[in-house]
This record gives sequence, structure tokens and C-alpha cells, in this order.
Amino acid sequence: MAKQPKIDIRTSPYIRKAPTVAEIMRNVVYALLPLAVYAVYQFGISALALMIVTVLSCIGTEHLFCKLSHKKTTIGDASAIITGLLLAMTLPPGFPLWMGAVAGFTAIAMGKTLFGGLGFNVFNPALVGRAFIQAAFPVSITTWTPALASNRFIEFIPSTLALPFMKPSPTAEWTAQVSIDGFSGATPLALMKFQGIMTDSMDLFLGLTAGSTGETSALLVLICGAYLAYKKMLDWRIPAAVILGTLIASECFYLIDTAKYPSPAFMIFSGGLMFAAVFMASDMVASPVTPLGILVFGLLVGFLTVIIRLFGGLTEAVMYAILFGNAATPIIESYTQPRIYGGK
Amino acid sequence: MNLLSLFGKKTFPKGIHPEGFKEETHDHQARRLPFPEHVILPLSQNIGKPAVSIVHVGQQVQRGELIAKADGFMSVPLHASVTGTVKKLDLVPNARGGKEQAIYIDTALSSTQTLLSHEHVDFDKLSRKDLIQAVQNTGMVGLGGASFPTHVKMNIPDDCIIHTIIINGCECEPFLTTDHRIMLEQVEYLIRGIRIAMKSVDAPRAIIGVEDNKINVLEAIKPHLPDDGSITIEAVATKYPQGAEKMLVYSLLGEEIPSGKLPSSIGVAIFNVATLAAIGELLPYSQGLIERIVTITGDDLNKPGNYLVPLGTPLSHILEYAEFTGNEAELILGGPMMGMPAGFLDTPVKKGTGAVLVLDKRATKRDDILPCIKCSMCLQVCPINLNPSELGMLAVKRQYDVMEEKYHLNDCFECGCCSYVCPSNIPLVQYFRIAKTLNRERHRMES
Repeated sequence: MAKQPKIDIRTSPYIRKAPTVAEIMRNVVYALLPLAVYAVYQFGISALALMIVTVLSCIGTEHLFCKLSHKKTTIGDASAIITGLLLAMTLPPGFPLWMGAVAGFTAIAMGKTLFGGLGFNVFNPALVGRAFIQAAFPVSITTWTPALASNRFIEFIPSTLALPFMKPSPTAEWTAQVSIDGFSGATPLALMKFQGIMTDSMDLFLGLTAGSTGETSALLVLICGAYLAYKKMLDWRIPAAVILGTLIASECFYLIDTAKYPSPAFMIFSGGLMFAAVFMASDMVASPVTPLGILVFGLLVGFLTVIIRLFGGLTEAVMYAILFGNAATPIIESYTQPRIYGGK
Repeated sequence: MNLLSLFGKKTFPKGIHPEGFKEETHDHQARRLPFPEHVILPLSQNIGKPAVSIVHVGQQVQRGELIAKADGFMSVPLHASVTGTVKKLDLVPNARGGKEQAIYIDTALSSTQTLLSHEHVDFDKLSRKDLIQAVQNTGMVGLGGASFPTHVKMNIPDDCIIHTIIINGCECEPFLTTDHRIMLEQVEYLIRGIRIAMKSVDAPRAIIGVEDNKINVLEAIKPHLPDDGSITIEAVATKYPQGAEKMLVYSLLGEEIPSGKLPSSIGVAIFNVATLAAIGELLPYSQGLIERIVTITGDDLNKPGNYLVPLGTPLSHILEYAEFTGNEAELILGGPMMGMPAGFLDTPVKKGTGAVLVLDKRATKRDDILPCIKCSMCLQVCPINLNPSELGMLAVKRQYDVMEEKYHLNDCFECGCCSYVCPSNIPLVQYFRIAKTLNRERHRMES
């Protein structure tokens, strides 16, 4: 040896093979992009504008809070982009943009940084933002516009450009104008709940119905979710358990009275349950880590969704079901610690 | 019943599949490393009490001569690994960061290094007690890295009946190929060692477990197995940490060693192939353990390979001979998953040193530690089924007692799978080591 080498000292293991947090988050964003593109195809430039506003609002809020607390900015991990995209996809496509910005701010400020940032949030931040907005602007958040309107790529839905604290321009007129056949302005779930009308499950599966920006095509959601699960960046057990829970609960009611209660297929493919199961419930931070806990959590979310949908006053059941599941996560975990090798 | 083994390979649940890098050395037949100018022989080369020196400065010693005797039953003797002169008895830094007593011997460079000869023993005629004494006299410890005195392991409590001994030839750590070479080159020693071990614990059956990335070992050993079927060899899945006692027992027998208990509690004793091959070689001639096969491999080495290295050889000599060309590296004694860091070039090869690994390019260097995102990857790889995520968060909060009492910290055998897969780069197993050490300190203070 010619010269004394520099010796580095660390403790084992010296080799690692793991995607970084930023890589995982980026892949979730990639998986959400096809859904975003499909949403734009369905709802036009209003949906695009809404997504841009919520994403920018989320990133800006996270950056602002990092600066305020004199920490290094954490926007590089891309998790704020996910929150923004998820949020936009749960909102009606014609949602006023300024409200979208408020929702983004609330999601990050109250759902994430308040708890200490990524890794410490108790609830899924996007759903916190959504829940806040639900309470703050109940009319706007339930104003649906039809998919595939003919002029969707050239003009905004009138409510999109509403000024802050002004009454959004009514969309009924616009809807009547663009709609080919009588559009009721109601989502399949609202039709089921308030008028007892069932929508064809196949239409739901393909996303040819009214609904929130990104949550309508169950098929596309499944494909994107499968990509993430294949990359091992999504725990497939969570969506599987949520769907299983929904299936079991809705089948029970369906068996009791097929006329009164909707079929399990309708339950699974409507109202963004698939989207929520794949992208919302599976939020790593706010869901359990123990194998049994994951099953319990998923089933709980599925059951609650069915119960709230059938007996609650609102149609946004899956959102509250997941928030409830998030809140229950610590207690679920404490009762579901795995049995160790050689243990009792 | 081991469900995994019902369908296909014998294996255990969870674990990881790191890249092996074994092809760089597994065809290198073990060659003798030239004798170094001096050797440094720490008195403590085993778990338990250090040996007691019986030499004085200036004394001439011959290769194979006893230089330190065992201090009671939980100790093993030490033999001179070179012919030369005792230069001094002094401290040498060890891998744990402290210092320990060592005998420094200057090699007589003109010597032929002839081995001191001793009487022959017929181990078949020895009683179990005498056989265990003979094993202790060789200075043998677990050569797989644990350095637990082999004769203590053989001294099974009277109320235990050993039905099977398992010979661990998994070598699941990446880079390492010493056991692989021993199983190819020292089959006769190995079989003899297995017989000695079987006799010492009175076991009727022995199973050699080999990872299926070493298929040529099965072909090499099978012709030497006795016809009565008392010794068999079985392939197990190539997966880390297959070579851990608990995992191998599960893979081969489908049984779990109860938490906090020894393998003997389920009638099993486990030995490493290198340990038994060395016993088979040394015990019949009453020789002591003075050298071992070491895999020397890693980055920036012109001559990686397997070498027969005298104990006490300093790393500087090894790096020089293997032609290390880099400017910066991590020196690791053992494999990349569980090896110990060596901080300076005088660090000697000890009985438990199976490999000298030099890592630079292939070491993963990330210095960011992010919060746990609860991705549950660590739970999906922990072979003991612990909850490393929760343990890690408790460690940051310094709740070491909760880790031990509620989350089974002491069942962790520090394989490092959790750290290997963590996207947030949390040094989980490193935290656990600290937590265990501090808990031990606390218990000592309390008692």
C-alpha cells in the first residue's frame, strides 16, 4: 500500500436498497397523472385549472410554513403535490378556484404542518381539506356539472371563475345549455339516495357519469393503482380490505331488501369509493402498519362507508369513513401488534 | 409445520434478497497469506472471559504453542499463530471502540514456521466430558462470527436431549465465500468435525443446511456422507438472513426456537461449518486454532480471494497483499449486513473474523434521515416479526424500556433488514443496538 487510505467508520448495515421517500411520492404523482388527464378529458379546462390551483396552493402553503418555522423546505419530497392532486380530484369540476386555493391551504396547514409535517399527520391531509371545504361551502361542493360537455375545452364552467366571497354564478343555466339530455345535476349516489334511481354499474366502472373531478372512472383508478402496487409503493392490502369491507356490508343489506338497498357492485363503483380505497385510504402515514391492523382498518372503512351512505345525511360517506379510520389507526395498531417468532 | 416449505424450497417467512457479489471470490481456492512481520493476538477472542497470558516479554514462542490459558469454563485458550518473539503485552483498540489486552509477537522471518507437534487423540475413545475438554483445548469459538466458545455450546444441560444438530453452511451475507470454500475443500475435516459434535451432544442425526446458490457444495459433500443416513445435506432458499440460527431451524425443521430460549430447548444444537471443519482438523492432533480462512473482497482490490490468514494478522498487511488501490474506504470485519467496522489498520484478524470487506463504491451512502412515513416495509421484511417502525419511533423518544417490555426489543438479533429497506433512511437496527446496550447498563445499575 503506497499511502494510508482514509478510513470511514459507520455501523452495519453498509448496504441498502430502498426507494427514497421522494421517489415513492413521485411515483404516486405519476400514477395520478392518467387520472388527471382523464379528468381534463371529461370536464375540460375547468378541471385542469382546479388541479393547478390546488397543487400550487398546497406547495405554497408547505413552503410558507417551512419558512415560518425556519426549517429547510420540504416541498422537494413531492408529497404536497399528491395532496393537491388528491384534493382536486375529490372536488366538483366546476368548483370555484379561490375555494380550491382555500382547500389546499387548509389541507396542508391543518392536515399536515400542524402535526409536524410528513410522517406525523394523523389524517389524510387532502381529506382534511375536503372536509373543511364541505362544511364551509356546502353549496359549491355539491354543485355538479355533466361530464363530456361539448364546449368543455374552450370555456370554463361559470362557477370556476367566481370571485372570492362572491356568490358563484349559477351553473344550472349553463348545464341546461351544454347538456344533451336532461341532466339532473346529481351524482349517481345522490340519485340513489334522494330519488331512488340506480345508475348502471358499467357506466360507473368506465366513468361516464357526473361526479368529482377525478374519481369517476373505477377502471382507470384500478389500472393506476396496480402500477403502484407493482412498484411496491402502494400497499395493495389496504384497498383490497376497503373493497372487501364495502362488499360484505353492502351485500348484507342487499340480501335483506334488494329493492330498497343498492347492489354491492353499485356501491363499489360509485362515488369514488375505488379512488378513495386506492389513493386515499392507502395513505401510508395515516393507516396502520401491522398486517392485522391493515385488514381491520380496511374493513372498518368499508363498513362505515356503506353505513354512512345508506343511513347518513350526506353522500360523501367514504371521506368521513377514511377520516374515522385514520383517527382509529393508533388504537387499531395497539391491539394488532404482530406475533413475534418464538412468541406466544 | 412450515407451510412455506410444503410448496417448494425450504425457507422462512420475510427477509430480503440483497445482491450477492459472491462470484468475485467463490472460485478462489483458499491460499496461504504470507506471514506478516508481526501479529497482534488479543486475549479476548471469545464471548466470556478473556484468556490469561502465560508468556513474558522476550520469550521465544513456536507456532502452535499455548500462549494464554483459559480462565475457567467460559473461556478458551490462545495459541501462537507464528514462530517468533513476544514483543510486548499491550492494549489494542477493538471494534467496540474500547481497548483490550493483546500479545504482540514479532515473527521470526527466517523461521520455517513449523507447527509444534502434539500427541494424537482418538476422539472415539474419549468420554463426552473429555471430548468437550479436548474441544476447549483447541481454543475453538464459533467461527461464523459469534465467537461463542464451542465447548460451552456442546455442554448441553442434563435435562435437554438433542435430537438433531444443524450445521450452518448458509453463508447468507453478501460477498462472503469462506464457508463455501471450506465445504468444497475441507469435506473430510468437516465430516469428522460433525461426528465429534454429534458425539459431544449425543445427537443421532445431523443436517447440513446450505443455501441453494451453492449447489456444487451438495455434489461435493454427498459422496462423503455415511450410508446410515445419520448425516444429511439439504438445500435451503437463498435469502438473507437464512444463516441466522432461528431462521435456519425454521427452514429445516419447521419449528421455532421459543423467545428468550436456546436452541437446545427444542432439542437442537447449531454449529457453523467452519467451526466443525476446524475441530475436525485440529482436535485429533491436539492442535490449537491459529489460522482461519478469510474472504478478502470488496472495492478497489486487485487480488480479492480467500486466504488462509494467521490469527493476529493486521489489516494493513492484508490490504497490502490484496493490493488495495483506493484512497478512501470502509473496512468491515464480516459481511456488509452485520459486520463490524474497523477503524484503523492495526486491527488484527481474530477467531471470529470470517471476512475483510473493503467497501467504497458499493456502500450505500445516504446521510439524510427523514421521518417515518409508516410504509410498513420494515414489518414486511423483519424475520422475527417485530414492529421496527414503532421501535424506531420509540428509540427517537428514548423510551428504551417500552421497547424492551412491550415491543420485544431483545428478540431482535440485529440482522439489519429493516435498515436495508427503509425509504426514510432511518438507522433502525443501529438505534436498536444502542437501545439494547443502554438497557443492559440500566439493568446492571438497578441490580
